[in-house]
Amino acid sequence: MNKIHVIVLAVVAAVLLAVPPFLKSYGIYLFSYWLVFVIATMGLNLTVGYAGQKSLGHAAFFGIGAYTVAILMKAGLSFWLGLPVAMLGCFAIGLGLGFPALRVQTIYLAFATLGFNTAVWLVMRNEEWLTGGTFGINNIARPSLLGFSLDGNLAYYYFVLGMTVLLGALLWGLLRSPWGKAFTALRDNPIRAESLGVHIQAYTLLSFAIGAVYAGVAGALFASLVQFIEPAPFTVGASIMMYLMVVVGGPGYFFGPLLGSAVGVLLPEWLGLAQAGYLFVFGVAVILLMLWLPDGLLSIPDRLRARRLAREASAARTAAAARLGAQS
Amino acid sequence: MTDFLQLLFSGMATGAIYGLAALGFTLLWQASGTINFAQGEFVMLPAFLMLGFASFGAPLLASFVLTCAVAVALLGWAFKRGIADPLLRHGLMPIVVATIGLAIAMRNGVRAGYSAEAHPFPSLFADKLFNLGGVTVTLADIGTLALALVLVFATQAFLQKTVTGRAMQAVAQNTDSATVLGINVPRMIFYTFAINAVLACAAALLITPTYLAKFDMGEPLGTKAFFAAIIGGFNNSRGALLGGLIVGVSENLAAAYISPTYKDAVALVVFMLVILFKPQGLLGRKVERKV
Amino acid sequence: MTRSFHPLPLAFAAAALLAGAAAQAQIKVAVLQELSGAGATAGTNAKNGALLAIKEINAAGGILGKKIEATVSDTQSNPGVAKGLATKAVDDDVFAVIGPTFSGSIMVSMAETKRAQIPNFTGGEAASITQQGNPFIFRTSFTQADAMPKVARYIATNLKAKTVAVIFVNNDFGKGGRDSFAKAAGAAGLNVVADISTESGQVDFAAPVLRAKQANPDVVFVYTNEEESARALRELRKQGVTKPIVGETTLTGQKVIELAGDAANGAVAHVGLTVDAPNPLMLKFKAKFYEEYKYISDHNGIKGYTGVYILKAGIEKAGKLDRVAVAKALHGLSISAAKVPGVIMDVSIDDKGDLDRESFIVEVKNGKQEVKETLPPLNKK
Repeated sequence: MNKIHVIVLAVVAAVLLAVPPFLKSYGIYLFSYWLVFVIATMGLNLTVGYAGQKSLGHAAFFGIGAYTVAILMKAGLSFWLGLPVAMLGCFAIGLGLGFPALRVQTIYLAFATLGFNTAVWLVMRNEEWLTGGTFGINNIARPSLLGFSLDGNLAYYYFVLGMTVLLGALLWGLLRSPWGKAFTALRDNPIRAESLGVHIQAYTLLSFAIGAVYAGVAGALFASLVQFIEPAPFTVGASIMMYLMVVVGGPGYFFGPLLGSAVGVLLPEWLGLAQAGYLFVFGVAVILLMLWLPDGLLSIPDRLRARRLAREASAARTAAAARLGAQS
Repeated sequence: MTDFLQLLFSGMATGAIYGLAALGFTLLWQASGTINFAQGEFVMLPAFLMLGFASFGAPLLASFVLTCAVAVALLGWAFKRGIADPLLRHGLMPIVVATIGLAIAMRNGVRAGYSAEAHPFPSLFADKLFNLGGVTVTLADIGTLALALVLVFATQAFLQKTVTGRAMQAVAQNTDSATVLGINVPRMIFYTFAINAVLACAAALLITPTYLAKFDMGEPLGTKAFFAAIIGGFNNSRGALLGGLIVGVSENLAAAYISPTYKDAVALVVFMLVILFKPQGLLGRKVERKV
Repeated sequence: MTRSFHPLPLAFAAAALLAGAAAQAQIKVAVLQELSGAGATAGTNAKNGALLAIKEINAAGGILGKKIEATVSDTQSNPGVAKGLATKAVDDDVFAVIGPTFSGSIMVSMAETKRAQIPNFTGGEAASITQQGNPFIFRTSFTQADAMPKVARYIATNLKAKTVAVIFVNNDFGKGGRDSFAKAAGAAGLNVVADISTESGQVDFAAPVLRAKQANPDVVFVYTNEEESARALRELRKQGVTKPIVGETTLTGQKVIELAGDAANGAVAHVGLTVDAPNPLMLKFKAKFYEEYKYISDHNGIKGYTGVYILKAGIEKAGKLDRVAVAKALHGLSISAAKVPGVIMDVSIDDKGDLDRESFIVEVKNGKQEVKETLPPLNKK
């Protein structure tokens, strides 16, 4: 199993590193766009996949990150100042969103986060003095790193790639730590976890906050990538798509977001279908996925393994029974 | 004052339609634990079906009846057998995700397969105005409100006064006991799905003349129906209507008196307050959590 | 002096030339339009008009002997998507871009076409489009800055009104229009008694119409996109508003009339383009469009159609397929409909990319636009 993992990872890494220089501007843009969503959905995967919370408001943090950076840069501050401000802001607001999660359960929580998203979107759309309203903020610059300008599409892509790897590594570390175990305990059986001394309130809040920070960073990168932001990419619909990307990839699987975002962002471009046609197929695919693969695409290897083990166990039992039968 | 009454009245008419959609949503949730994220699209599709039948020359009411039949088959039976039944045993989220997928599929299926543009929809009511003490009320507003109320109370009466209705309520309250009592549980659940389909068709008939038939008309409607259902009480039928009226009226009043741009926020604020302080809804019963 | 030349090298040269020409036998044009979302009506019509023109031009031999190859993309009424598609068009090295139509989208996507020096035609009406210093942007409709004074003058003079209530949509198009109208109204001596903002895609117009009624204006000026205009008209009728309802092209378009039904009757609008103009070339276009697509075009169809012919006129004036030269040729060009029937009406393009052309005042009667008055171009030659 592990050898296949390594090979697949190596292929993915090779594609991410070596392919973009051969692509034209739109192709590079698309890859960068995909990675931005990978970062955002990594955060959502933590909240939803590992900690078992129901968050349908992730795009709000994506937007808060994007607007924070855009507004600060328009005011003359550097991207490198805007980014930590965005992260802190998202952390704080994410903590705030966690509080209703302590009081309400499952589906009510989903609706509460949905309401939160709508509220944030309304502010983005209406407060023209701050966010530019429906006109948005145009001509957002790209940052420069240690003197290198990241203005070029390819340079910016490698920057986003670097951030993705960095954030992925941080998440990996987090999940391997006792904190990670606490999150999964929270997902699987919160009452039992609490009885074992896991402070579920703190971890609930934290799962929202950390997830939000990831979305905020993704938003900041998004702002400089597209160089124009307006409220439309941060609606409830976008949150739902992000949620579906996590579900399709496999909630609780580390590389789920990579696959889910590819399905959501890259696949429509490759297939070249009109947006409506693709979304129709996507919707149907989600239904079928829930019917046959509720744990997402990355659960396929586990399923195959489970089936194989079950078959082997069944064969072993039959053999043992035959032996017993022969003996008696 | 007359302006306030005007807004109140047209808000109630719109709110009654939200109430219809919310009612179906609540019934599904009560009877089978199905959270239908595609409820808005369940209203959108009948709107287009009616347009389709009308394009073959059928008069409006005939189209409505035919559409109800198709809806019961498709949005009732097929939905139940294909999606709800297999997924319900896995808990809450799979059905939620599947209905989200269904909503996306339905919306884009209509968009790609039929039309991305808006289409006019004939109104059940003629363009007449009444002047009641300075308040201008349209026949459409009165008719919509009246019809919606009739439907809600009829559903309520059906559930409480008939044997089948009581059996459906039994299934909603305690499925296992209902089975033990010899009630045909799957059939009762199917009736719930069928009623939801018919209510959605009625909502379509009443709201599409204003909204105009478009593939995305279901989105705002669905969201408002969810909020209305929760505000009113997720496990109470009359609550759905109350929730719908609250949402419809508060929107109109907010748009006129507070700020048109934050009109959608009012329903949200009421919703958030209700979830935080009375999560079972204004008319709902408290639900215990099983450990 | 005479020279005798060998036919063979000439033949080779001719063959080489032909091969080179064959390699660029197509003029690539990207049609970027709103085919879904809030702008679906406008964008679909614009696309259809453009494709009709391209089909005609190709059938007649193309431009400078080359056929036009068109690619169509859907911006989904989303400026971000429009920007991405513009980037793609730039990658594809297209000669010109037609669209997007929505002001919000073109404001964003034209940064890409400007950078790549690609002539970009748009039906967007927001005044700010031609105020960005972009030498490659060309309109196919009036700018609000030119249209609104005509509307204001009509309201003040013909309708003898003193007060106006303004209902506008809260986007680039609507806000730009409201600002231009406010300025023009002031100049015409009108008092704007209500300034009512509505949302793109808004469904419920009960509150805005009520506020308009409360202000008790002489005239209601509605400036929203097509679908919203239909809903506004229906609500105005529903609430029994009998004051004159005036607007611009988006108020009385064909689709709006279809969606609003009876409620559209009586609405008056200043339109730059209407298929019902008493102009033989326009009627011919209306018939050709109907034959091709089986429905009656709206003004966006005319914009798409004439846009392509304006491009053709520009290329022919420049004499070569050089984007910069064509853009330069277009600035200051006057195209007469007699010479280029495809532009339907005489049109002049100024150095900012704005158009000067006749326009009309129409009223909706019995579900059709009826032209009441023809207004001359601002700078009559």
